Amino acid sequence: MCGIAGLFSKATEVEDRLGAHVGAMLSQLADRGPDSAGVAFYREPAPPGSSKVSLYSPNPTEDWSATASELEAAFPGSGEPEIRASHAVIVVAAEADEAEAWLRERRPELRVMSVGTRIETFKEEGSPRAFVEQFGLAEIAATHALGHTRMATESRVTTEHSHPFSTGLDLCLVHNGSLSNHNVLRRRLRREGIEFRTDNDSEVAAGYLMWRLREGASLQEALEGCLEDLDGFYTFAVGTADGLAVLRDPIACKPAVMAETEDWVAMASEYRAIAVLPGAADAEMWEPEPGRVYVWERAKV
Amino acid sequence: MPVGERAAPVGERALGGEIEIDLSEVTLRELNQRLHAVADDGPRRWRVLNPGGQHAVAVGIDAPIEVTVEGHVGYYCAGMNKGATVRIRGNCGVGVAENIMSGAVIVEGSASQSAAASGRGGLVVIEGDASARCGISIKGVDIVVKGSVGHMSGFMAQKGRLVVLGDAGDALGDSLYEARLYVRGEVAGLGADCVEKEMLDEHRTEVARLLEQAGAGSVDASEFRRYGSARRLYNFEIDQAGIY
Repeated sequence: MCGIAGLFSKATEVEDRLGAHVGAMLSQLADRGPDSAGVAFYREPAPPGSSKVSLYSPNPTEDWSATASELEAAFPGSGEPEIRASHAVIVVAAEADEAEAWLRERRPELRVMSVGTRIETFKEEGSPRAFVEQFGLAEIAATHALGHTRMATESRVTTEHSHPFSTGLDLCLVHNGSLSNHNVLRRRLRREGIEFRTDNDSEVAAGYLMWRLREGASLQEALEGCLEDLDGFYTFAVGTADGLAVLRDPIACKPAVMAETEDWVAMASEYRAIAVLPGAADAEMWEPEPGRVYVWERAKV
Repeated sequence: MPVGERAAPVGERALGGEIEIDLSEVTLRELNQRLHAVADDGPRRWRVLNPGGQHAVAVGIDAPIEVTVEGHVGYYCAGMNKGATVRIRGNCGVGVAENIMSGAVIVEGSASQSAAASGRGGLVVIEGDASARCGISIKGVDIVVKGSVGHMSGFMAQKGRLVVLGDAGDALGDSLYEARLYVRGEVAGLGADCVEKEMLDEHRTEVARLLEQAGAGSVDASEFRRYGSARRLYNFEIDQAGIY
């Protein structure tokens, strides 16, 4: 199983309450994935030249202020940590690769969950409903978000095995399904310089997208490549700085439903996760076709 | 038990001989238990409000009652139905009317995968589209889809009829047994051992009767093509391994 939820706002009232809406969606999908939960929110962008880093620490008494102070010393103008449960988001006054390189060298015990200008990623093992509370999702405003509830089938249940997985700057992936050729693909991608931190099959799909995008493919092309190169079952949802994309495998074993109103576009594993959104009863609804890439993006200004 | 002899439980109202149950106030289990407990002289008409995409709404009914569900439902709605007429005024998730025995299930919206899976009898009408594997492994149910069906519809279907007014996706009737498939529109592709067969008068009569039952009597039965099993895969023969 596993549950996926994606929400893309077309109205400011929805943006203001996006975290509450995504929390409600994840709670509906808790039965599909009771092991762990995660979200990626796309929020106010970091200033030009700065980047937003989402960090996880297994240490419950982590001193995030100390890390932020050192970052400020290294990159003057860096911000205070915004702490949510085991995670913190810090706006670093440096390009993403510089910020990440510094963190890896100086804070190897911390795990960088995502880097970009707008993305903020939070994930944790345990009940999705508890996750929604612990991470205070209800208070988060964002333009769009992806969420996931996990029922592990291929690998262990840990925070690091949870979704979303980063696939590059401001990009992330959530997956419902299982891949059968992930070991051979992981070996190939490692030779291409893609780094993997777990034995999770979904992380390989994320690594695959990262590799294709690095080699110059568009998001559409990279996702279409999945149809050729990935063997297994999947409904994928991908978050980008500007929107969301969805792809189901050609056999479409894993469910997905989409809905749209004047105020939002949503996708979820099941309609009950969409039913909690305002105006859902009157939304236009459809089931995404197998093997077809769907993309929503806000108009770039 | 005549309605009105007792106070209605929470979330339930009796309106003009019809019992209304609100799933925002009553649990799904209570609803289904009420529907399972309908006595021979019990209320005939039921209306379910606010289904909210819940799974297993109105499953396992074994009484000639009418149930109308006002909204979208999740998986397996009206599964195992016996004798009842269940109308869903919305879309359905996976497996609507799975293993239906008799009676009728009408979906006013569209249905997700595996509609009427393994159904043994009765009638399933889908006003919109049905996605992949519609009528998978059916064993006697009749299905009329007024829109189109997705890939692998009629997979391993043994008995019964699937009538599609729109198009059919890829691999229609894969590994089919003796069910009859009728499609009016385009067929993206036929599955293993499924072939087009001649439409005879008996088939036109059969389609016309099903269209009539589904409220689509104005559609001309002669516009349909018939598909069935070539019967080459009933027993495994090594020379035919390439067909699979």
